[in-house]
Amino acid sequence: MDTPADNTLSAWIARTAADAIRRGLGQLVPLIESLGSTMASLRSADWNDDARSAARPDPRDREHLR
Amino acid sequence: MTEPCLLSITDLARRMAAREISSVETTRTCLDVIAERDAELRAFITVLADEALAAASQADADLAAGRRRGPLHGVPISLKDLIDVAGVPTTAASRVRAGVIATHDAAIVARLRRAGAVIIGKCNLHEFAFGTTGEESAFGPTRHPADPSRSPGGSSGGSAVSVVTGMAFASIGTDTGGSIRIPAAACGCVGLKPTCGELPLGGIVPLSRSLDHVGPLARTVADARLILEALHGARPAGRAPDRPEPAALRLGLPGDYLMETLDDAVRGRFERALAALRATGVRIDDVRLPHASSTPAVYLAVQLPEASAYHAATLERQPGDYQPGVRQRLELGRYVLAEDYVRAQRGREVLRCEVDAALGGRDALVLPTLPIPAPQLGAQTVQVGSRTESIRAMMLRLTQLFNLTGHPAISLPCGTTADALPCGLQLVGRINRTDGLLAVAHVCEEILR
Repeated sequence: MDTPADNTLSAWIARTAADAIRRGLGQLVPLIESLGSTMASLRSADWNDDARSAARPDPRDREHLR
Repeated sequence: MTEPCLLSITDLARRMAAREISSVETTRTCLDVIAERDAELRAFITVLADEALAAASQADADLAAGRRRGPLHGVPISLKDLIDVAGVPTTAASRVRAGVIATHDAAIVARLRRAGAVIIGKCNLHEFAFGTTGEESAFGPTRHPADPSRSPGGSSGGSAVSVVTGMAFASIGTDTGGSIRIPAAACGCVGLKPTCGELPLGGIVPLSRSLDHVGPLARTVADARLILEALHGARPAGRAPDRPEPAALRLGLPGDYLMETLDDAVRGRFERALAALRATGVRIDDVRLPHASSTPAVYLAVQLPEASAYHAATLERQPGDYQPGVRQRLELGRYVLAEDYVRAQRGREVLRCEVDAALGGRDALVLPTLPIPAPQLGAQTVQVGSRTESIRAMMLRLTQLFNLTGHPAISLPCGTTADALPCGLQLVGRINRTDGLLAVAHVCEEILR
């Protein structure tokens, strides 16, 4: 089965689902899709780093919580 | 008059000291309840009747000779069956561990014995503690004592059932996403998750090593404190912190994500509890946890791969020995990417700092423990208002945050629904201040009783 070569979440879901089916674990596919949605929200959280962005406040520095 | 097997440990110790009741008599009453009710409820996997009676007899002899070993002298206590007792199987409620006999006591079991406890048996759980209902166990589901068609919560469900029915005076459970507090709330007892790292986990089958905690389920806050002191072992127990006056207490009430999805009956009981606390002068004000809605994503990205790493070899060797749902979740965890695990660790730090900030100037946070009453066995979803929610997500929703952050948290009974199903009130304290949390909980317990 052809699967995407990049490492986006949609590619991860396609690749992972294909691997689960290959291993006889097809019942995992809906769980993988659901986990993909959850990981999408994790990746969009505002604490994540971006190598091109300005430095973010350290979460241990309480000033940004005020 | 309260039946002997339903006394608090504090009251039992007083009666034992006055020679009104012996440890052997006490242990026999617990064994009688097990014999009478456990075929239906399945709270126990292994009952250590002979060993418990022998230990109780020794406790009576020691007391007669003036040797009192500690605050739990002669008190029957149960253990979740993923905690090692030398010479006894540790099943973790799984066929995967068939034939595995512990060679040593877990560190906390050795400490319980030093404090005089009588180990009465090992309790049923959700397989490998990987679930919140107790349904997936190689030994059959544990059932709720008030309604056997329902789950007692999990994963320490057998422990909670043993405490509320009189099969044991207290139990030791583990809590990775709420597994002590959830069944305590569902069954109507006290459940304490201490600060992360406060108690040793040696000799306990792990679920997720960075989220795992061990702690007591008990009938009262005072009993939970007695057990916690025993579990601290060599550390001096110290004097209990002064119990604050209600008017000196200040609690923070989180909103938004942690309060927006509650069953109506649970919300009603919680609001009545808040009104009762306020009526005695407790100050309760709103606090914000801006990233609380990220909790499930952060939790999954940490918990799933940590659990899968522990099980990787047996998933390859004997996959058919796992309960199907547990196997699926473990296999799922093998696909989580390391970069997502790292993102989650960063999120964990953000959440920890937000909880710390919300506790600033306050004694504890207050929220419900469970957003729904004990669910029906076999159900996958539950109706909450107009929404259909996954039971697993609902059971973990209000507790897992504090496993990620490591703050100590306790669940107290907070009344029942119209169907006589218990509700729980959760208090969350400062890191490394479990003693302070217990002092707050004691005051709240007296007001809510």
